[in-house]
Amino acid sequence: MATGVKPRVKVPKSAAAGDAITIKTLISHPMESGQRKDKEGNAIPRSIINRFTCDFNGQNVIDVTLEPAISTNPYIEFEATVPEAGEFKFTWYDDDGSVYEEAKPIAIG
Amino acid sequence: MKLKSLKTVTSSIAMLALGAGIASADEDAALIINGETEMVVRTEAPAHLENMDEIRSGWTFRSAETQALQMDDFDNPGMIFVDQAIDTWNQVSGSEEKSCASCHEGPESMKGLRTQMPKWNEAAGEVWTTEMYINDCRENRMGADKWGWNAKDMVNMTALIALQSRGMPMNVAIDGPAQATWEQGKEMYYTRYGQLELSCANCHEDNYDNLIRADHLSQGQINGFPAYRLKNAKLNSIHARFKGCVRDTRAETFKEGSPEFIALELYVASRANGLSSEGPSVRN
Repeated sequence: MATGVKPRVKVPKSAAAGDAITIKTLISHPMESGQRKDKEGNAIPRSIINRFTCDFNGQNVIDVTLEPAISTNPYIEFEATVPEAGEFKFTWYDDDGSVYEEAKPIAIG
Repeated sequence: MKLKSLKTVTSSIAMLALGAGIASADEDAALIINGETEMVVRTEAPAHLENMDEIRSGWTFRSAETQALQMDDFDNPGMIFVDQAIDTWNQVSGSEEKSCASCHEGPESMKGLRTQMPKWNEAAGEVWTTEMYINDCRENRMGADKWGWNAKDMVNMTALIALQSRGMPMNVAIDGPAQATWEQGKEMYYTRYGQLELSCANCHEDNYDNLIRADHLSQGQINGFPAYRLKNAKLNSIHARFKGCVRDTRAETFKEGSPEFIALELYVASRANGLSSEGPSVRN
């Protein structure tokens, strides 16, 4: 069970229709790979964010599979074209079944 | 670790032979955070500094990529820990059932504090660092357990406090009752330690801007602390950094929170008087 998980996203407040904007996302998460051992020699169970998605008004923008080699606090930056005003919805899926969500509106102007 | 220290010296000798021409980031780059807060990263040295004309923030010695990380709070990994500290700030702890917020309200009340630290504590009759003030609050006002000097909660909290003073010039008092401690720190700064017989000044005053093996030596200013270091992916306290430096001279180091390191912190902090407080900064 990962503790202290907190998603963050940065999306411009507004954009011109058809413009490509840069979206930055970061989630604080230990991303325990499952490869390490504790002091007694027991394997520390894997606990990572295994999937990240971004949707805009119901349409998928990006769908990422994350693997154990990705480091602590995964940071994902990507571009998206904004055809109309609406809302970006971000979802992170944790190994332990938790789902973290964040949403940001964007206006045209 | 010891082997590494030895190599460091060999390479610095080679470096001296080669001269001081080093490719580095734009020397005149300006540090503007979030496109609005302009920081003083180069300024005239304070009057008490006899051997230098200009003081420079550690930021000016870093590569363009590392510099960029500090220019936007979203990109600055240190801000994650500040967020965690805000949660701790509001969290009730100890027998008195108080949180930091119970007495101090918002963290904004700490504005300006970082620029004066460490400072003379009249009641205690000694110089105190931010960590000591925090633990005094926890122990005597909250009835809670003290935090270790480098405990996550402690370093995160110093980052939250430092952030309130970001952009304000460092202004550490070195006269009055603090003077004796300051003199002790100055003495330490120029004393050679360890098997390698290096003083702070050997690297950070005589050789800043030169390479020590692959590392670009800075002036060793602490106005950016606590600093997020890319090498260990966490916030680092001033004393932890001092310890690393002293260890690299192959000396027995002092402990975090020892009178020696408190004196050294006061002296080193005063060398940055005039530079902006940057904490939490990003370094390599």
